[in-house]
Amino acid sequence: MNDVISAHPLSRSETIETQGYTRTPTAKSGPLPAGVAAPDFSLQAAPDHSVSLKDFRGKRLILAFYPADWSPVCGDQMALYNEVLPEFQRLHADLLGISVDGAWCHRAFAEDRKLRFPLLSDFEPKGEVARAYGVYRQQDGFTERALFVIDEQGIIRWSYVSPITVNPGADGILNALEELESKGVAA
Amino acid sequence: MTKKQTPHKFRGLEVDPHHDHIQGPANAPVTLMEYGDYQCPYCGAAYPIAKQIQRRFGDNLCFVFRNFPLAQIHPDAEVAAEAAEAAAAQNKFWEMHDYLYEHQDALTPPQLIAAAKLLGLDVERFTDDLRRHAYAERVREDFLSGVRAGVNGTPTFFINAVRHDGSWDFDTLSEAINAELKQRIAA
Repeated sequence: MNDVISAHPLSRSETIETQGYTRTPTAKSGPLPAGVAAPDFSLQAAPDHSVSLKDFRGKRLILAFYPADWSPVCGDQMALYNEVLPEFQRLHADLLGISVDGAWCHRAFAEDRKLRFPLLSDFEPKGEVARAYGVYRQQDGFTERALFVIDEQGIIRWSYVSPITVNPGADGILNALEELESKGVAA
Repeated sequence: MTKKQTPHKFRGLEVDPHHDHIQGPANAPVTLMEYGDYQCPYCGAAYPIAKQIQRRFGDNLCFVFRNFPLAQIHPDAEVAAEAAEAAAAQNKFWEMHDYLYEHQDALTPPQLIAAAKLLGLDVERFTDDLRRHAYAERVREDFLSGVRAGVNGTPTFFINAVRHDGSWDFDTLSEAINAELKQRIAA
């Protein structure tokens, strides 16, 4: 999968560095689009275990990058996804939240909000996975509020970056999953 | 937060007076729809504002309430929503709706049953409805319609089926409704 990424006309990290990543970073660099292979990763999901993209081969996966645990909008967004989880599962998709917070911080946040899905720590090197997906905010030191729907073959089928203060809701994710459902397993 | 996003407009936001809980004329020029959670403190804060808005706009406004319980963070929100629906089955939806928002710290089943008694409901029937979760499906239906329409937290308001992303303080909400009203009257 990674070779598809390096074959991409602009390496993501290069794009970000050369463009300085100003207040409207996504307009120029932007999230990896539909049709591109999702870059692999292995991140801590808890202080004592890691999760890799490879673990989800053969399944549909939603990646929800968000700026930070505890900030009000993220809290609402994760609380919402927590409630919509059965719908995601009905459409055969797992959900992972990703931010630059550490595993212990995630644990406290997930316990407080009773989250029923894993939160991954893009912590060291900080934001590396977010950069690979084109959704790191260099000037802020955290990730965009970005959503990716990945199919059974590890191909991104939908991506979306929301304004940083706007909770994107779940409708875009559900539409993307339903489209996948209607097409059946990708050829 | 006042930044305009692409407006969300969906058929799922059409009002059905036989199904929805409405106050004011169904054919009023402006419909204000709230997706709310009875245990959510922000919804509690929005409750008197919605009342104030209704008083200001009178017959020019149709107010609709739909359930959006965030049950994982608000453990009593689901049963409270079911209680309001059980009251609706006895033609007392709004009485219960108002009571719940005026007593947000008293939403456990015994307290809900006490409320039913106070409101003059058939308590036996009400209790039985709660026990059987007779209206769980109805609440879920509301919730999912909201998710599909782009509800991203509670409360979320829609003005004539377009999500109101601005603040919901009286002045902002009232101004947005007024703008819509002027447009309707001019049309």
